[in-house]
Amino acid sequence: MSRWRSLPEPTWARVSYPQIDFQDIYYYAAPKMNGAPKSLDEVDPAILDAYKKLGIPLREQEILAGVEPQNRVAVDAVFDSVSVVTTFRAELAKAGVIFCSISDALQEHPELVRKYIGSVVPVTDNYYATLNSAVFTDGSFVYIPKGVRCPMELSTYFRINEKNTGQFERTLIIAEEGSYVSYLEGCTAPQRDENQLHAAVVELVTMDDAEIKYSTVQNWYPGDANGRGGIYNFVTKRGDCRGKNSKISWTQVETGSAITWKYPSVILRGEGSRGEFYSIAVSNGMQQVDSGTKMIHLGKNTTSRIISKGISAGRSQNTYRGLVSAHRKATNARNFTNCDSLLIGNQCGAHTVPYIESKTSTATFEHEATTSKISEDQLFYCMQRGLTAEESTALIVNGFVKDVLQQLPMEFAVEAQKLISISLEGSVG
Amino acid sequence: MLEINNLHVKIAGEDKVILRSLTLKVAKGEVAAIMGPNGSGKSTLSYVIAGKPDYEVMDGEVLLDGVNILEMAPDERAAAGLFLAFQYPMEIPGVATMTFLKAAMNAQRKQRGQAELTTPEFIKRVNAAADLLGIPKDMLRRPLNVGFSGGEKKRMEILQMTLLEPKMSVMDETDSGLDIDALKIVAEGVNARRDPEHAFLVITHYQRLLDYIKPDTVHVMSRGRIVKTGGPELALELEANGYRDYQSAA
Ligand SMILES: Nc1ncnc2c1ncn2[C@@H]1O[C@H](COP(=O)(O)OP(=O)(O)OP(=O)(O)O)[C@@H](O)[C@H]1O
Ligand SMILES: [Mg+2]
Repeated sequence: MSRWRSLPEPTWARVSYPQIDFQDIYYYAAPKMNGAPKSLDEVDPAILDAYKKLGIPLREQEILAGVEPQNRVAVDAVFDSVSVVTTFRAELAKAGVIFCSISDALQEHPELVRKYIGSVVPVTDNYYATLNSAVFTDGSFVYIPKGVRCPMELSTYFRINEKNTGQFERTLIIAEEGSYVSYLEGCTAPQRDENQLHAAVVELVTMDDAEIKYSTVQNWYPGDANGRGGIYNFVTKRGDCRGKNSKISWTQVETGSAITWKYPSVILRGEGSRGEFYSIAVSNGMQQVDSGTKMIHLGKNTTSRIISKGISAGRSQNTYRGLVSAHRKATNARNFTNCDSLLIGNQCGAHTVPYIESKTSTATFEHEATTSKISEDQLFYCMQRGLTAEESTALIVNGFVKDVLQQLPMEFAVEAQKLISISLEGSVG
Repeated sequence: MLEINNLHVKIAGEDKVILRSLTLKVAKGEVAAIMGPNGSGKSTLSYVIAGKPDYEVMDGEVLLDGVNILEMAPDERAAAGLFLAFQYPMEIPGVATMTFLKAAMNAQRKQRGQAELTTPEFIKRVNAAADLLGIPKDMLRRPLNVGFSGGEKKRMEILQMTLLEPKMSVMDETDSGLDIDALKIVAEGVNARRDPEHAFLVITHYQRLLDYIKPDTVHVMSRGRIVKTGGPELALELEANGYRDYQSAA
């Protein structure tokens, strides 16, 4: 904590916000109850209700009743930084998979947690990561043993509820040799006039031939039309492809937050490892988004792929900022980057800021970027066929983001598509 | 069915007047053709009927079944049964043709207070219409009009017309760029829908199309107004003599 107090706030991103009074935020807001819940029956009914409204079933029976077995999703629900419930733990344990809150993991598997936590994002990494390391209270922990393909999607839902809350959860996922896991993260927050801060840290580690697919659908409250209220989303996400031929893929759909400042990155350490970043960032109203990725090529024959789709409407600003670097030893490193921006209306802005650093002449980096506007002619064409102005916009936008939506698991893709339409409501006509 | 009275139209935000005192009627069950030189305002007329925002109506009215549609949004006009086959159909990247068709059909049904089509029913209708127009199935999976040839785009317009079942169809140079086989197919698409309940306004430069779609009426348009109206023989006369006689008359 004292290390964090001594750091200056970062000012280089293309976002502006009044200085945050960090004394004003409760660093740890436990849902009001005594002790951690032992079972769902002890969970505050109001919380269960809140999750139900979000369409996230927390009771395994409900999940089992409604959904085909292969579509089951194990859920860890985190409310104001505290993990309230994790489903399917027993069944996952049979496969050797550990999926629980970090606080439980510290109790039950302290050696594993200590070995990996902070090994990808060190305490001193950046301003917000340091803050997180100092005050984090909980989060999700996932461990996939050697050779195991996780039998279901794992998922964490975050929700910020309390006033003046900062959410500082920490997620750690370890995929041992030859294992695979797909992990989904969903975020929501209700409407509040004050700003709330989300400064999470996510660390991923893949060993030889392992793969982690990490998907996020983020719908934090963006603030009202005049930019009042909303979440400040300053998150540090990093994956470390430690093993040979391992793979980490980040897919994100960002529709909410007043300010987003987020660069999920991959360190391509293992020979032949692969990093992917697929992103849809929607901004409307007064939202400010500064997001992108870092692909750090350290190992031989490492490859990375970046597909970013930015959609700006209203008076919002949407910036893609990406770094692709190749170390001296990263011979034959390859990257392909494609950044497309779509503008709706003429008061918004889209910016693309690619940084490229290569210390080896054998690296091949390709970069493509386009900026387009939804044309009046396209809108008129769709409307002539009977679609309303909003339906037409949603259809054209969905076409624009299709390459990224396809990366999401089915159920999430449908949800994400709806979310994108909702967040663009009122941007045309 | 369609009645246009004394229509004056200019480009929105400019002084350029394109249509002047234009009057035209298309009765129920009628197929009317409009011919006229380049730049005479044919496409503009079709756009104004469909409600494109680039134009400003200074005077006059456009009635569909007796209702003035000029105050209606383009999607409301579509739901009321108006269809425009575009001279230059738009490309919609990333949106599969199937997805677009379903969205359009259901949007119109919604506006009319009808239930959504079930997926099997939708597929059945699309397949039937595509077979009729010789449109291969794999084209329906591609993004709408993206990379389609000129003729394929025109065929896709007719597919949409067939599926949306409009009562009033305006076709802007649908025959341009079509090979003979496609031309026959498009004509069949129109002829199959020709009955006392449906009407067509066909804009064309070529008598050839009118060999396959026999018009009831032919209008000659020049400099933003209808300068002559006659039967099918008028098209033959234009083919022989060109527009010379009419340009001075306007
Ligand atoms: N949005 C616009 N801005 C400026 N001028 C326009 C616009 N739309 C049409 N015009 C002009 O109006 C006139 C009529 O154009 P229109 O496209 O209606 O002609 P047309 O009869 O369809 O011609 P063609 O046979 O070549 O298709 C032309 O001089 C054209 O340049
Ligand atoms: Mg024209």
